Amino acid sequence: MTRHRLRSMIWKEFIQMRRDRATVALMLGIPIIQLLAFGFAIRLDVRHLPMAVYDESRTQESRDLIQKLEATGNFDVTRHVGSYEEANRLIDRGAVRAAIVIPEDYARRIKRGRSTAPQLLVDASDPNTSQNAIAAAQLVGQRKNIEILSSLSRAPSRVETPPVDIRVRPLYNPALKSSIFIVPGIIGMILSITMVIITSMSVVRERESGTLEQLIVTPITRGEIMIGKIAPYVLVGYVQLTAVLTLGHFIFNVPIRGSLLVIYVVTFLFITANLGLGLFISTLAKTQAQAMQGSYFFFLPNVLLSGFMFPREGMPVLAREVGLLFPLTYYLQILRGVILKGENFLDVLPQTGMLLLLALLFFGFSVQRFQKRLG
Amino acid sequence: MPGSFPGTEPGGTDPVVEVHSIVRRFAKITAVDDVSFEIRSGEIFGILGPNGSGKTTTVRILCGLLQPTSGTARVAGIDVVRDPDAVKSRIGYMSQSFGLYRDLTVEENLRFYAGVYDLERGWRERVDWAIQAMHISAAPRQLAGTLSGGIKQRLALACALLHSPPVVFLDEPTAGVDPAARRLFWKIIRGLADGGTTVIVTTHYMDEAEKFDRLAFLSRGKLKAVGTPGEVKSSFGVGRSLEDIFVTLQEGEGA
Repeated sequence: MTRHRLRSMIWKEFIQMRRDRATVALMLGIPIIQLLAFGFAIRLDVRHLPMAVYDESRTQESRDLIQKLEATGNFDVTRHVGSYEEANRLIDRGAVRAAIVIPEDYARRIKRGRSTAPQLLVDASDPNTSQNAIAAAQLVGQRKNIEILSSLSRAPSRVETPPVDIRVRPLYNPALKSSIFIVPGIIGMILSITMVIITSMSVVRERESGTLEQLIVTPITRGEIMIGKIAPYVLVGYVQLTAVLTLGHFIFNVPIRGSLLVIYVVTFLFITANLGLGLFISTLAKTQAQAMQGSYFFFLPNVLLSGFMFPREGMPVLAREVGLLFPLTYYLQILRGVILKGENFLDVLPQTGMLLLLALLFFGFSVQRFQKRLG
Repeated sequence: MPGSFPGTEPGGTDPVVEVHSIVRRFAKITAVDDVSFEIRSGEIFGILGPNGSGKTTTVRILCGLLQPTSGTARVAGIDVVRDPDAVKSRIGYMSQSFGLYRDLTVEENLRFYAGVYDLERGWRERVDWAIQAMHISAAPRQLAGTLSGGIKQRLALACALLHSPPVVFLDEPTAGVDPAARRLFWKIIRGLADGGTTVIVTTHYMDEAEKFDRLAFLSRGKLKAVGTPGEVKSSFGVGRSLEDIFVTLQEGEGA
């Protein structure tokens, strides 16, 4: 490997990138559009779920509970019903997504310091929606507990158990706002997609247009071609990271609790791993169309199994294990840890080690597979 | 273009290319079938034959781009079968289709290849020489993709010559180039050979046969004749032009 050859290769790639204005615009525009789309439109948290009310208690206390649920912004009371069956039917028909059933003795039991169990029915056909609705309702219950307990503390002898039986306390993201959760995910997703697609396409383009044939009859080595091809995209990756972090911070108020330095250092490994994957796809694909298909083949499991949208804890064992092969899985854990929880480098060391391993593996394997030969 | 490698002195009689019983099979067809020949230093050597006769495959084997199924080949003192990477700094190659970057300018392409061929000091002089010698000074800042066929071809040749290789392979260089540009091209080639560079050219234009010092005639992967244009002609019988021989061979294949 000579510095001269490598430098020429990088220089050439930069010129080509600069002349391909449309691709540059896409690489910089996509992260911003995606961030806004995910941040504003595709919200995992549920706002204003239509809710039916079956209030058997009809007291000051029960009305207070309903009003507190509505005040979370997660529920809108749209119907009042006269029976449990009717509430169920409305959920069945999809007329409402949730129903609150308050028992007849609700107020009486609270006043006597006995526990009571109002029931919240939630349409859980979309688990994300229901999870968030349930979490919000539990929060209301918990706040109510504290309120009741403190009002009863003047007469502590009458308390047997907490009046409402819920113990959930959301940490790091107390408002359960999904934008805070989704922004680190978008960074990982965008980097992963652009790196894989752009590199696989760029190598295959050289093969399709015949320039690779001319290039491999020169003394340039496989490693020089590959490193030279990906170097400019490392820079692109950092621009994307910075753009999404900045917008996420100022538009969606995503806190950056940990060290930016750790994020930027670890990102290098993540980018390299994905570039390696892109190069690997390019060694399999003969045409740019195939490279595109190959990238998408990788794209879907990346979204589904990495923990970008669905929690990995809830996955079947096989899916969870397959997810361990994706750099994104580790990168998301690192990003969320550092950005949201303020974890330091030592906290994310295991994931960083895995990223390093995958980067070496993917990159080494692609260079190995890339032949300076035809046919 | 003095040859700077030992054993490749201009005008020497040592063969600079030795091909011995080369065979290359792809799935079902045998593209090159037991071909042997030698090329002497400073020669303009033609590899002639109709489409599909194995010209390009032969050249690709000699450049280390393809591994032969069997046989041996030495180019500029390197065994290209055993050590295909080592030969690459000693040869220039111009592929059949335009292999330079269309989105780079003439100068940028030259500068890139100067870098890739490891020219450090003096690369600027070498690029200037190439622009002059190849008659491409008209458009140094034009994108290569927008050049005319003749200039494209000479630019590709310029890139292949930047590192002063003793041997140059040109695969169908004159296909799709107008007559004036073709004439200029042959003038440049002759100049190179006079300077001691060995030039190997494939073509299916039989009217170009007279330009070669020696030539090999391929048909369906087999070597039909090798020698000076006169020798090749007489080996097919007196009084026939190469064009006649070519057509006869092609018809024989089609039957």
